[in-house]
Amino acid sequence: MSTTSAPLTDSRIMLRRNLKHILRNPTTIFNAALMPVVLMLLLVYVFGNAFNVGEHYVEYATPGLILLAISYGLAGTAVSVSSDMTKGIINRFKVMNVSRGAVLTGHVVATMLSSSVAIAVIIGMAFALGFRSSATLLDWLGAIGIIAATAFAAAWLTVALGMAAKTPESAGLAVVPLILLPFVSSAIVPAAKMGQGVRQFAEYQPFTPIIESLRGLLAGTPSGGYAAAALAWCAGIALAGYLWALATFRRRA
Amino acid sequence: MRSSVIAVSGLRKAYGDKTVLDGIDLDVPAGTVFSLLGPNGAGKTTTVNVLTTLMKADGGTVLVAGHDIATEAKAVRAVIGVTGQFAAVDDLLTGEENLQLMADLQHLRAGEGKRVVTSLLERFDLVESAQKMAATYSGGMRRKLDLAMTLVTRPQIIFLDEPTAGLDPRSRRTMWNIVRELVADGVTVFLTTQYLEEADQLAGRIAVLDQGHLVAEGTPDELKRQVTGSHVRLRFTDLRELDAAARVLTGSTRDDEDLTLRIPSDGRAKSLRALLDRLDEHSIDVEDFSVHTPDLDDVFLALTGHASTEAIAQ
Repeated sequence: MSTTSAPLTDSRIMLRRNLKHILRNPTTIFNAALMPVVLMLLLVYVFGNAFNVGEHYVEYATPGLILLAISYGLAGTAVSVSSDMTKGIINRFKVMNVSRGAVLTGHVVATMLSSSVAIAVIIGMAFALGFRSSATLLDWLGAIGIIAATAFAAAWLTVALGMAAKTPESAGLAVVPLILLPFVSSAIVPAAKMGQGVRQFAEYQPFTPIIESLRGLLAGTPSGGYAAAALAWCAGIALAGYLWALATFRRRA
Repeated sequence: MRSSVIAVSGLRKAYGDKTVLDGIDLDVPAGTVFSLLGPNGAGKTTTVNVLTTLMKADGGTVLVAGHDIATEAKAVRAVIGVTGQFAAVDDLLTGEENLQLMADLQHLRAGEGKRVVTSLLERFDLVESAQKMAATYSGGMRRKLDLAMTLVTRPQIIFLDEPTAGLDPRSRRTMWNIVRELVADGVTVFLTTQYLEEADQLAGRIAVLDQGHLVAEGTPDELKRQVTGSHVRLRFTDLRELDAAARVLTGSTRDDEDLTLRIPSDGRAKSLRALLDRLDEHSIDVEDFSVHTPDLDDVFLALTGHASTEAIAQ
């Protein structure tokens, strides 16, 4: 009765399971979909006029908020990966010959899908708040490409962090830097306005080129340099996350 | 003649420099319940993890259904099912979805999967809670769901690691009945427990594990016979009868205060009849007669020098 396990079928089964998890966990939904919206309203309505960024603030902040929408969804993934690893269900999958990759890719794809929903909500909100873009269709496709690459890299890194964590609680904590990093980038205010030290950090950390390339694309003024740097960061992070997750999975399960 | 489905010889496992299993030999006949009995920290879970391919052994050979766990892990996994110490159910899925997940991962055809899920829900009395999330289940229900999930793949050999730990007496009895049904269906069950009564109730053979060594192996009765404590106790109405009995029954120990006499006996009907005949012969009147067979707790104490529940300082 047992057939050889088909990685694709197994990945689909795992994806369905992970999506149910996301939909049934109110905290995950709040963090992933509502927090970015709350943050957006706070930044644009409450603080926005105080920031002098040289343009309409909602236009300045939207690329950064798109990244925050990705970041906020990650805690749920890390906790859920760690729960799988620590609560015995992984042994069940292993004894059933479920392909190793399926467990990991199920989490990655589920995370990317939930990010897309959060990002769609943020973009919709941005337009409602007066965001205007002179981007061409090609610019938009480029922006979607950068966003997808970022979500993919962040998802792999998060799966690795969840794998490596000893408990689901510490897994939730492990992704906090990914939520804080966008604040120390050009997401909310330009790096040039930050103090010594912080400014250099903000200029060289991966979120800045990602945000700047996105900002350029959405404004209809794409910058090849930023886009290349962004994609290079994403590829590096995704690869490191993938290798780390796989190695940890082999060792622990 | 029953062939063995689990054959373990010289199994060794260590975590760092701490030896957990130090040369274990086991032989489990098909269609029986085999119980590995031992206190916490004896190495029971490690044994299950190695036998089910979840962990690699450091030495020795293990054949499960004729397949070597070291080289044919996939073939082993195809015939076994494992229910671990902590219920491995998915809390955010309903009972039915948990079972369906197993059916999907086993790549059962939709119709067949549905049929298997429905029949397991009925068999484990989970129909009413089938649409509720497993997070809302009681401990006993989680265990039942856990075992039902294991049965989706119709394993020939089932490993149960402390299946009743933490369950109330009623749920424990339900679990015992389920195990008996499984064996009646021809399944082989490898069960670990720290409850001596559980091994006694279910197992055809018991191996006693203590600090990584097997200290005894046999049927529950064989193990009980290894203990010298088996005896008959007679109580009398007065000292005169006690004196008379003590004279007739040599090798007995008397207790004048309780007016009792303790006679070593193997507890078999034949020797009991002989004892009663002798008392009759001498017209000795016995007020109370009882046979004391040691339970497995006594066995454990006799074999390992410490009680089964005693924590072992490593």
